[in-house]
Amino acid sequence: MSEVSWIDPVLTSARAQAVAALLRYFRDLDVAEEAFQEACLRALKSWPKNGPPRDAAAWLIMVGKNAAIDTVRRQRREAPLPQEELISDLSDAEASTVQRIDEADYRDDILRLLFVCCHPELPATQQIALALRIVSGLSTRQIARAFLVSDDAMEQRITRAKARVAKANVPFEAPSAVDRSERLAAVAAMLYLLFNEGYTAGASEQGSRLALCDEAIRLCRLLLRLFPAEPEIMALTSLLLLQHARARARFDKEGSVILLEEQDRQLWDQKLIAEGLALIDKAVRHRRPGPYQVQAAIAALHARAHRPQDTDWGEIDLLYGTLERLQPSPIVTLNRAVAVAKVRGPEAALAMIEPLAGKLDRYFYFHGAKGAFLLELGRRQEARVAFNRAIALANTPAEAAHIRQQLDRLAGPLTGKTSATQADRAAAKKL
Amino acid sequence: MQYAILCYHDENVVCAWSKEEDEAVMANLSRVQERLAKEGKLGPVVRLLPTTAATTLRKDREPPLVIDGPFAETKEQLLGFYVVDCASLEEVLQIARELGAANPGGAYEIRPIGVFNPGSARA
Repeated sequence: MSEVSWIDPVLTSARAQAVAALLRYFRDLDVAEEAFQEACLRALKSWPKNGPPRDAAAWLIMVGKNAAIDTVRRQRREAPLPQEELISDLSDAEASTVQRIDEADYRDDILRLLFVCCHPELPATQQIALALRIVSGLSTRQIARAFLVSDDAMEQRITRAKARVAKANVPFEAPSAVDRSERLAAVAAMLYLLFNEGYTAGASEQGSRLALCDEAIRLCRLLLRLFPAEPEIMALTSLLLLQHARARARFDKEGSVILLEEQDRQLWDQKLIAEGLALIDKAVRHRRPGPYQVQAAIAALHARAHRPQDTDWGEIDLLYGTLERLQPSPIVTLNRAVAVAKVRGPEAALAMIEPLAGKLDRYFYFHGAKGAFLLELGRRQEARVAFNRAIALANTPAEAAHIRQQLDRLAGPLTGKTSATQADRAAAKKL
Repeated sequence: MQYAILCYHDENVVCAWSKEEDEAVMANLSRVQERLAKEGKLGPVVRLLPTTAATTLRKDREPPLVIDGPFAETKEQLLGFYVVDCASLEEVLQIARELGAANPGGAYEIRPIGVFNPGSARA
């Protein structure tokens, strides 16, 4: 790393804690953000000369706080300007005044900071954009690029989201245990959305989007350090790690999707898998099952299978059954049908998804899976209809390209084993 | 004389490294490790997974207490470590309990290993 490049990760890692504390002081997102920005500028000036402070977050909080107070005073013109050396130069202050502070002391602050980004009134895309701006510190341009919209559009989206949050009046008192667990659940859902935003990107946009997956994982680990005994947070982290481990194997050179069963498992990231498996192992010991635990357990079964044929589909079927009870949804049933096709055959799977036709009529994976089951049963004409419907509903060119491959195979001689795997598209994506 | 070199760093910072930065550091390290291995000086090298994957067994009470997360006390010191190969956390905990029964007091922090290089030095 070059001479000052060490500073960036330090600022990034301190950001959530520092902005969270500044938000508590100033109770205003913009002020907190600007205060942190100012502190970072001063850090860039001071740290290369003086070396990193022992506790970067504490340094940034103190410098940011003083800078913001200074600004507020200047704006109000109430108080005379304080002496510059009294407020800003903390190169030596941290030794005496800034004690080593534990991240855990900031637990509720950081949770609040994450929570203000997922106000229920904010649509999902605004929640994620706001979190990336406020918590992760991405520039509007970076976020705009990740969402494939113009800088102006993203600027507006973030401004609107901030205005709504300001009106929402999230309380600053320490939350009750119930509030805390509600906040955790909301934040977990937002982090999952953030991850999926990156995960569902096509191959061409992988660069900027995969960074969203990394960031979601980083924030999950942060959350887990603050709440180390929460099985659902362990499981969410595990789930994201296990999915992300397959990133390098998910697309071919042309950018077409490669299904789980056809992926080169050598490309799976074993370190991420090890971490994911360790976390789900920890989570289930608590015997407090939840939807993330079940999903992570399913992902773990895939990760443990060295070859596709080693996959324990029977267990996956059972786990989806559990998920249906915990979190009933036609999409869960659709995913379960993929496992059922493996265990009991395509006819049973087809019977399972028929009742979903009404609810999932506009859902790409429904028609993709249905086509695959029909194809496996040799009902080619009906399979063609389903695949054509899927193409019409594809969300990305990669999805459409994949279905087209299925149609091509359909046009060729029926091999019996054409590809039972289209249905796994749903699994590949959701697991 | 054999020595252990224990690695400390701010985990938040290391977790904020990009994949490329992380790989660059690992590549730099492996160049040094390769030379040491050729010289027969390198024993096992381990990179632990993040502390979020840790579980701690407090064996200063009966029965020992399992706590999620890393060992957080500062009044005790690191005195040694084991590397074990197990199928599950439950199995590791069983081993830790057995060891703890043989030597009560203190704690074991259980950390999954991400990278293990056995090295070349003879024990």
